Amino acid sequence: MPWDFKSDRPIYTQLIEQIELKIFSGEYPPGAKLPSVRDIAQEASVNPNTMQRALAKLEEDGLVITHRTSGRSITEDIELIKKAKNQLAKQQIAEFLEKMKLMGFEKTETLALITDMLEEMKK
Amino acid sequence: MNAIFECNNLKKSFGVNHALAGIDLRVERGRIIGLLGPNGSGKTTLIKLANNLLTPTEGSILIGGKKPGVETKKIVSYLPEKTYLNNWMRVHQIIEFFADFYDDFKPEKAYDMLKRLNIDHRDRLKNLSKGNKEKVQLILVMSREAELYLLDEPIGGVDPAARDYILETIISNYSDNATVIISTHLIADIEKILDDVIFIKEGKVVLTSTVDSIRDEKGKSVDALFREVFKC
Ligand SMILES: Nc1ncnc2c1ncn2[C@@H]1O[C@H](COP(=O)(O)OP(=O)(O)OP(=O)(O)O)[C@@H](O)[C@H]1O
Ligand SMILES: [Mg+2]
Repeated sequence: MPWDFKSDRPIYTQLIEQIELKIFSGEYPPGAKLPSVRDIAQEASVNPNTMQRALAKLEEDGLVITHRTSGRSITEDIELIKKAKNQLAKQQIAEFLEKMKLMGFEKTETLALITDMLEEMKK
Repeated sequence: MNAIFECNNLKKSFGVNHALAGIDLRVERGRIIGLLGPNGSGKTTLIKLANNLLTPTEGSILIGGKKPGVETKKIVSYLPEKTYLNNWMRVHQIIEFFADFYDDFKPEKAYDMLKRLNIDHRDRLKNLSKGNKEKVQLILVMSREAELYLLDEPIGGVDPAARDYILETIISNYSDNATVIISTHLIADIEKILDDVIFIKEGKVVLTSTVDSIRDEKGKSVDALFREVFKC
């Protein structure tokens, strides 16, 4: 997944989201060693201090672990990753449901639409 | 530790033209800073003062606590707005020249970057295209291990693909406590790699902020804010 930044939101927030996605998708698997701050910053073409702050936030959330001697790695706690992943999914679904509501759909109608679409996609 | 770059009520006039009209700034170590402002706002004048190519009319400018001079040249790597290199020289001769002149110059870094950008070190400078000439100059400047890099419009003539590589080069070549000050009009290209921006207008600082607080508070990019603030 290439790095991609929108121009109207803080780079810091976007970095956190994109690293999370890399963790959830398995691009950065549990326990994987992360490149140095400077190397990831270079890869993403972003400021190293901003990358540093983003990693510090992920560390605070437990997704990234810092070892005293050997740099950073992704947590091995698969449950924690799963939880964070589900939380993100729920957040996305909530946003989607909110939009559907604005368009005048009842929850049951929305669900029916999704079920239909999934059926269609199977064919 | 003292600030790497500091100005107090810095003024520079050319006759009746007040190019800098009282600049107060303090730039810390370990940061990448965008010096942004419209044509004629005083960016080059400020950078020249920092390199002792001009002297202040009033006020002071300090580099690591010292007045610009022989001592500060050792810690400042400067990319001027206009070329100063001898056109007849071959690229590798200029590299040797730099290596002799600056203790902190790393020739292997320079050769490495030249290779990445497909520039032949045997070519004479005068035979290179405008963009490639610019790349050579920036490579020379970034191959020093300086404490302060002053880059006056480093990527203007460079194609977009090479621009990305050059930005990566800047990120990977400055050490953790070195500071890079970049004057540029290509804000959209460069803002991702900046910590802070300084907006300057008619010789005065009108805004200093981090890139992310601009995006956070205004919901727009630095580029968009610049266009708004300096609308003609
Ligand atoms: N040597 C000089 N003699 C007289 N006036 C000068 C001299 N150098 C600069 N100026 C004037 O000082 C002002 C600031 O110029 P400066 O070159 O610092 O602007 P700048 O922000 O670098 O602009 P640009 O974006 O076009 O490079 C301008 O009005 C310019 O005409
Ligand atoms: Mg200029």
